[in-house]
Amino acid sequence: MQVNEKFEPTIVAFCCNWCSYAGADLSGTNRLQYPANVKIIRIPCSCRLNPMFILRAFQRGADGVILCGCHPGDCHYTTGNYYARRRMTLMFSLLDYLGIERERTRVEWVSAAEGAKFAATMEEFTETVRALGENRRLEDLRCKQM
Amino acid sequence: MQADVKQRAIALLKEGTADRVLGWKAGEFFYDLTPAVFETSEEVERDFVWSPFSAPNLSKYLIGETRKPGKIAAFLKPCDTYSFQQLRKEHRIDREKVYVVAVQCGGMCDIEKIKALAKAPTAIREEGDMLVVSTLYGEKRLPRQDVLAERCLSCKSTKMAYYDELLGDDGEDKGDGRFEGVRRLEAMTPEERYQFWRGELSRCIRCNACRNVCPACSCEKCVFDNPTSGVENKAAANSFEENMFHIIRAFHVAGRCTDCGECSRVCPQHIPLHLLNRKLISDMNELYGPYQAGADLETRPPMTDFRYDDPEPSVVARRGGAQE
Amino acid sequence: MQRIGVFVCWCGSNIAATVDVARVAQTLAKEPGVVYATDYQYMCSEAGQKLIADAIRDYSLTGVVICSCSPRMHEATFRKTAARAGLNPYLVEIANIREQCSWIHKNKEDATEKAVILGRAAIAKVHLNAPLTAGKSPVTKRALVIGGGIAGIQTALDIADAGFEVDIVEKKPTIGGKMAQIDKTFPTLDCAACILTPKMVDVAQNEKINVFAYSEVEKVQGFVGNFTVTIRHKARYVDETKCTGCGLCTEKCPQKKVPNEFNLGMDNRRAIYIPFAQAVPKLATIDADYCTMLKTGKCGVCSKVCSAGAIDYKQQDRLEERQYGAIVAATGFNPISLDAYGEYAYNQSPDVVTSLEFERLMNAAGPTGGTLLRPSDGKHPHTLVFVQCVGSRCDGDGRGKSYCSKICCMYTAKHAMLCREKYPDTEVYVFYIDVRTPGKGFDEFYRRAVEEYGVHYIKGQVGKVVPQDGVLKVQASDLLENRQLHIDADMVILAAAMEPDKSARPLATMLTASMDTNDFFTEAHPKLRPVESPTAGVFLSGACQGPKDIPETVAQAGAAAAKVIGLLAKDSLTCNPCVAKPDELMCNGCSSCEKVCPYGAITYVNKEFRGPNRTTLLRRVASVNPAVCQGCGACTVACPSGAMDLQGFSNRQIMAEVDAICK
Repeated sequence: MQVNEKFEPTIVAFCCNWCSYAGADLSGTNRLQYPANVKIIRIPCSCRLNPMFILRAFQRGADGVILCGCHPGDCHYTTGNYYARRRMTLMFSLLDYLGIERERTRVEWVSAAEGAKFAATMEEFTETVRALGENRRLEDLRCKQM
Repeated sequence: MQADVKQRAIALLKEGTADRVLGWKAGEFFYDLTPAVFETSEEVERDFVWSPFSAPNLSKYLIGETRKPGKIAAFLKPCDTYSFQQLRKEHRIDREKVYVVAVQCGGMCDIEKIKALAKAPTAIREEGDMLVVSTLYGEKRLPRQDVLAERCLSCKSTKMAYYDELLGDDGEDKGDGRFEGVRRLEAMTPEERYQFWRGELSRCIRCNACRNVCPACSCEKCVFDNPTSGVENKAAANSFEENMFHIIRAFHVAGRCTDCGECSRVCPQHIPLHLLNRKLISDMNELYGPYQAGADLETRPPMTDFRYDDPEPSVVARRGGAQE
Repeated sequence: MQRIGVFVCWCGSNIAATVDVARVAQTLAKEPGVVYATDYQYMCSEAGQKLIADAIRDYSLTGVVICSCSPRMHEATFRKTAARAGLNPYLVEIANIREQCSWIHKNKEDATEKAVILGRAAIAKVHLNAPLTAGKSPVTKRALVIGGGIAGIQTALDIADAGFEVDIVEKKPTIGGKMAQIDKTFPTLDCAACILTPKMVDVAQNEKINVFAYSEVEKVQGFVGNFTVTIRHKARYVDETKCTGCGLCTEKCPQKKVPNEFNLGMDNRRAIYIPFAQAVPKLATIDADYCTMLKTGKCGVCSKVCSAGAIDYKQQDRLEERQYGAIVAATGFNPISLDAYGEYAYNQSPDVVTSLEFERLMNAAGPTGGTLLRPSDGKHPHTLVFVQCVGSRCDGDGRGKSYCSKICCMYTAKHAMLCREKYPDTEVYVFYIDVRTPGKGFDEFYRRAVEEYGVHYIKGQVGKVVPQDGVLKVQASDLLENRQLHIDADMVILAAAMEPDKSARPLATMLTASMDTNDFFTEAHPKLRPVESPTAGVFLSGACQGPKDIPETVAQAGAAAAKVIGLLAKDSLTCNPCVAKPDELMCNGCSSCEKVCPYGAITYVNKEFRGPNRTTLLRRVASVNPAVCQGCGACTVACPSGAMDLQGFSNRQIMAEVDAICK
């Protein structure tokens, strides 16, 4: 890794369609800036996020993965984010247990009205991951472009 | 005990309580027991073995066996009864086609430990708390406690989750000593944990023994074998595959794993896989309240349940134990 | 082999200013499977849509990727375009390069690079898209209106007028809401009761409308067109079918010391009561918290005097399940609690009142019979101080609301004007931050208060109110004159901010309707869909969506009714085909998915499968009802074998997107 070049992490953000994806849209509508490192994948609900997708992202070279969903109690499908909350808690705990940097994964609840929160969260998360450097512990070398 | 178990198996066939008996028989070596289905009393007489090596958890075989016509009598250790109940809970076993004979167990033994103390063993006999090992060099008496398998040293319970008939006395729930290994790892730095798991998991040869023996890993088709899942893979080509496989496997059995310890027992590379499952069990107990998979048929498993005030995922970052 | 078309929209300069659209199109043209790529000024325009439709036909496209604004904006538009050109609408994917790219990045190089990646992810996904066909679900032709204020009343009347059945659920014993408590209405100064009560009577007499007063919504299940709602009919301890509303019991009840909530506790009522003379339904209700009979078992006066025999001390709450096609939230507002505003001495002196309390003091049916008297000593007040924006527009102090409550300027002008008109001997001061009077005839109204009625409008805030020697010492600043004022007032009237009713939050949870941080319901689109909630089949009426006055509320109530009528007029609705689908060959029948399904859409069937050696096996497998499934995907993650997948958001599709982004 070159020292002079600023490391640009790849961040995958999974956003639920009803709250967080709309919140992300709102930060766009309000022209709130956040780093271009963040790429959003739309899922219907935070409960759609299979832990497999997180590992897949890391395997393929993501440096950070964040899940955004409706605030607990506000899920469009009533209960989805409650399940997501348990799943991600255990998943993150397991990754931590395996010695994977816990700062690389995060869950944040962002409502459709919280465009500013979305932008601020992404800004902060990107900087956290940038400070951690490249994901080396979960990457799959074969998936790297040489 | 060996004789009692065998006699009971024969009687069940003769009485007509069952058409078949699921038990253990010797493999290549006397300590190398494999699951076996016996259809006649002669077969039982000849091959059935109940010994400190009757380690295989038989409950998983009942998925297939109860799909066959007729009734089967299954001999289950305390551990196995939890797996049995868990499989019933998941509608995998036709209860009507099984007659459960629960056998109290004094703990299964680790042949490697025995070999270390008594070279070239040829047979084994139980005498109370002692094991009498016949070796090429004569008999040797060993305290059972000294040669117990790791998983039996931290036994969760000798209380049967379920039975139609009980051989021996029912036991009781044990303490939480089984989480000591998890605590040790949690106390390490992330770097130490990473190095530990890298060292362990990189030995994985993806033989799938852990998956094949696990009563919770009893899917009709594993997601890793399914070409349409997008994650199917076979050979361990580099570090990531074992990571992915073992993490997802632990996650899939979370709340369903009864902690029978079969995964670690069968691993030819001696990877302590149970430490992954126990971490999740320990987390779930701590965060969502005590839960023992297979203890009953009614309680909602933690992964398909929630409370409105569950802790947030950030609890992982804040929690003590795991040190920087 | 896939034949994919990529269409990059400029959105005028919205996208093109920060994203090099031509380069995006050229780069994406090289992606595998892409046979056509272009950019155009406005893809959503008629010409743009024609461009897409023509390309679908000319290049026999099997998938379409549109790089444009958010799919929440135009996904439906482009799906229709594809359908018109003969392509299954679910073979269209949108790459959001406006809200999530061009609008948030300033550096053109970064934004262009990101747009390419987002386009690639959409192409990777569309490779795996399958044509889907939407099913149909029937519509129950009845609406539920929650809240019986003017918003709920107007919505119900308009829906009933179109010939559909409507139920109104109101938690209080009568409908009417806040408007029933108001004395006069701005800017015309006509009497609120005179224009409201005829509508209440219309509701009572309309055959299509059922009023469930003193009832609450307990549980909501189902989805648009097919809601099942459990309603709790709270026990009135009065048989509704027998009570004639004669009111004799309310005169004879010996328990006279019950604070009268209709007059905001400024006088008392009995334990059995009818809230006000024009109540609908006009029924007596026993207040169980105060009734001696219910508390001690000794009294029974009301039962003795009731000639209809309507009193029933043993009555219980009753739960009822009813079916609806649409639900309208009209839960209204309340003034905020002023407990935290010690400086205004609201809790220290009865002569400091809220504007709503002042309405009751001015009202002929109020505690003073319509004569303005000080609550403390019943004397006529001479100096009145009105304080505006109490709790409104105050961000960050942790006590109030950041928003403008919108109606306070106007009702304060009304109060000031009425005081001066009825009692010319009074001095009236109004302290304001700004006077906001945008509305038809509003500014003229305010100017009349100042110019014709001589109300003293002072720009500035009241710092402190101290009750002392029978007067209220008001200390305030006049910002225009830059001086401190000390006024000895007889009464201080506080324009408390309005906040959504407390029942709105739990209701929103039941309806799975979203709310903003202030607990106002969120609309599906702030400009284009202002009376619809983002949750299909749930509509918004009145102040539960945001502060508004009566004319606006009535207009919005009518708009919500029009939307409901549009929905109920349909015989069936097109279902979302992006629902869960199990692969029976892989399903274990373990019930994990069923446990996490919020809709009960998953059931199990025993099905025969071919086993080895020509045998058949009977296996328990999951089955999804596509009309009930809403496509959240909870089941797909609960399923260990991956047998359950979500159409339109399948495991492989999402992983393809992940791969494309991480490449």
